Amino acid sequence: MSAILCALRPALSLFVLLSVLTGLVYPLSVTLLAQTLFPAQAAGSLIRDGDRVIGSALVGQPFSAHAHFWSRPSATAMQPYNGLASGGSNFGANNPALLDAVAQRIAALRNADPDNRTAIPVDLVTASASGLDPDISLAAAHYQAARVARASGLARATVDALIDRHAQHPWLGVIGEPRVNVLALNRAIDLASRH
Amino acid sequence: MTTQMYALLGAFVLAVWLLGLPLGYWLAAIADGAPRRLARVERWLLDACGVPRGSQGWRAYAASLLLFNAIGAAALYLLLRAQHGLPLNPRHLPGVAPDTAFNTAISFVTNTNWQAYSGETTMSHLAQMLGLTVQNFLSAATGIAVAFALIRGFARSGAHGIGNFWEDLTRITLYLLLPASLLLALLFAGQGVIQNFSAGVTGRLIEPLALSGGGAIPTQQLAMGPVASQEAIKLLGTNGGGFMNANSAHPFENPTAWTNALQMLAILVIPAGLCIAFGVMVGERRQGWALLAAMTALFVAAVLLVMPLEQAGNPKIAALGIDAAPSAWQAGGNMEGKEVRFGIAASALFAAVTTAASCGAVNAMHASLMPLAGGVAMLLMQLGEVVFGGVGSGLYGMLLFALLAVFVAALMTGRTPEYLGKKIEPAEMKLVSLAILVTPVLVLLGSAMAVGSDAGRAGPLNPGAAGFSEILYAFSSAANNNGSAFAGLSANTPFYNFSLALAMAGGRFAVIVPVLALAGTLARRTRSPRTPGTDVPAAMPTHGPMFVLLLTLSVVLIGALTYLPALALGPMVEHLDLFR
Repeated sequence: MSAILCALRPALSLFVLLSVLTGLVYPLSVTLLAQTLFPAQAAGSLIRDGDRVIGSALVGQPFSAHAHFWSRPSATAMQPYNGLASGGSNFGANNPALLDAVAQRIAALRNADPDNRTAIPVDLVTASASGLDPDISLAAAHYQAARVARASGLARATVDALIDRHAQHPWLGVIGEPRVNVLALNRAIDLASRH
Repeated sequence: MTTQMYALLGAFVLAVWLLGLPLGYWLAAIADGAPRRLARVERWLLDACGVPRGSQGWRAYAASLLLFNAIGAAALYLLLRAQHGLPLNPRHLPGVAPDTAFNTAISFVTNTNWQAYSGETTMSHLAQMLGLTVQNFLSAATGIAVAFALIRGFARSGAHGIGNFWEDLTRITLYLLLPASLLLALLFAGQGVIQNFSAGVTGRLIEPLALSGGGAIPTQQLAMGPVASQEAIKLLGTNGGGFMNANSAHPFENPTAWTNALQMLAILVIPAGLCIAFGVMVGERRQGWALLAAMTALFVAAVLLVMPLEQAGNPKIAALGIDAAPSAWQAGGNMEGKEVRFGIAASALFAAVTTAASCGAVNAMHASLMPLAGGVAMLLMQLGEVVFGGVGSGLYGMLLFALLAVFVAALMTGRTPEYLGKKIEPAEMKLVSLAILVTPVLVLLGSAMAVGSDAGRAGPLNPGAAGFSEILYAFSSAANNNGSAFAGLSANTPFYNFSLALAMAGGRFAVIVPVLALAGTLARRTRSPRTPGTDVPAAMPTHGPMFVLLLTLSVVLIGALTYLPALALGPMVEHLDLFR
């Protein structure tokens, strides 16, 4: 007991000192440096149309128009792509609810493009971990290319070229995955179809 | 296994070793004293705080540690409860509910970072920063301090003291965690991890979201906050508590494949460095390499199980005519609960890294892992978080198994058990057994209690065996201070908040106290000289491949014997059901 009382002063003073250093000085220094060195990134990599924010380059958005590439399914609470409730479905691989959801997504994709008989890429029918996944795989983009071309009035070759231009590939085939940012791609589609 | 997987795993292990090596020497230097230029400033600071000079006996060391952590838990609890009346709460979030605040306070002080709450909608910027970030630092420093104390127990001979807790805590925070976090936070920020104090941003959606009940939502709200600073120490300190609910799957926490690679490195580098530091401090570097080799072997084995299981994917989804084959255009595999930018390779590797180390950050939802892959993640925690493990706790946990391995080998060969020139006697073995048995008791009794009560059974989201896995995973994660979850479990209830808080506190401090007692006992023993050429009866060498194998087997055997029956009821039943 006396050991504890004796330790009370260093315990309290060190706790206060280290709290100020790690809980105030450190995060405020990071804020100052990050906002000076990387102002756009620190603020959320926001995309503006004029002076109106239309989203973040890093955060996915829902799309359902046939003339747009669809993002991955999102299981966020309340509504899909809810930026205040990130998260996945947490369905186990054997949960009937997962298989029902996948079957519904397959039906929706097939309905939107009945002539497309190719197999649907897996990332288009499974919910992402964050529910805010900004990307789809290149396979998922190419699967939707014919539908987007038809509905947007663009030539298939134009749509394919836009996918290629926005495609990202893994560095040395190891770090990263073949993917495309859906928001960026759809903005390019909109721009091209307006001309 | 794809070529990418082999390349990623190989490059990753190499990077962990290459970074761990210099870090190990730095850790050993910090354990020895302050850097020379800072010694006077540090002494002045410590004197001003009333810190006693000199080495403490194990009782005083333990008392200081427990008192400091108790103050930390109480302060965090009060801050969470009172956040609505404090500044930096731009979204006017209410105070955290008492049971959630209690659970969170214990969780962050014990380096677990189990999160019953959802970050975006629960925590004010001040609570994240002055509450959670602080404990991310201090709980990590506490773990490393205990490892330092135990190493000193082996290194010292006929000594009373095992070091000074206050000095260890201060030095680890100031000379290791703070500078490393600052550097990592800026690397993250450059890649897109946010760092601001905004209340949130509202963007106008390109396509308003049509609601099934009619009407449409025209905007998307984005949660904001000082994320990069918390992210860095979340990983370096093997804490794992995300700023956002989706943790390292959230694009603002882990935006690119490069931040993802950095995150995995940051998780393992201090646990790896501590093995090197151990070798340096006991004066025989190969002893540290032996521990690192055993950890690496177990880790690689786990990765080689998880990666192909996840790449093979879900047979029931494949049966619906879905293309899940890996190609130049997609990762394929089991993409439920995963992000496209991480694919299968970097998600599977992250899952193994975060459960091998007691980090608990996730870049994929573990509940949606394939059943056996989830089982491997669970087993990595159940092995006692000694495969790299938490910062500090991984090393002291592995040293317990090293003593056990030496003891078992000595019994088999009829020699006197001896490790690093110290005779291992009943006093030591009692403490080792106690420390090793604490977590299995908490995990198995806790799970049994949850399964046996209505409040516990109300938790799981998934039906059947997967539901049992959610409960088993929760108690394995809590008692071993990991913090990740099969997050279908509705854990923000008084039952789970209190029972898991107990498991976390027990799994942390009921292990630390016997470990410090062991350090005290060992420090008093004289170290027999082991210079070559003397006639001291040869003890079993503890640096060669034979010992590494023996150590690995001890870890696996204890873990498997304890948990196989429980794992059979969860992941294995689910696997058989899925592949029937």
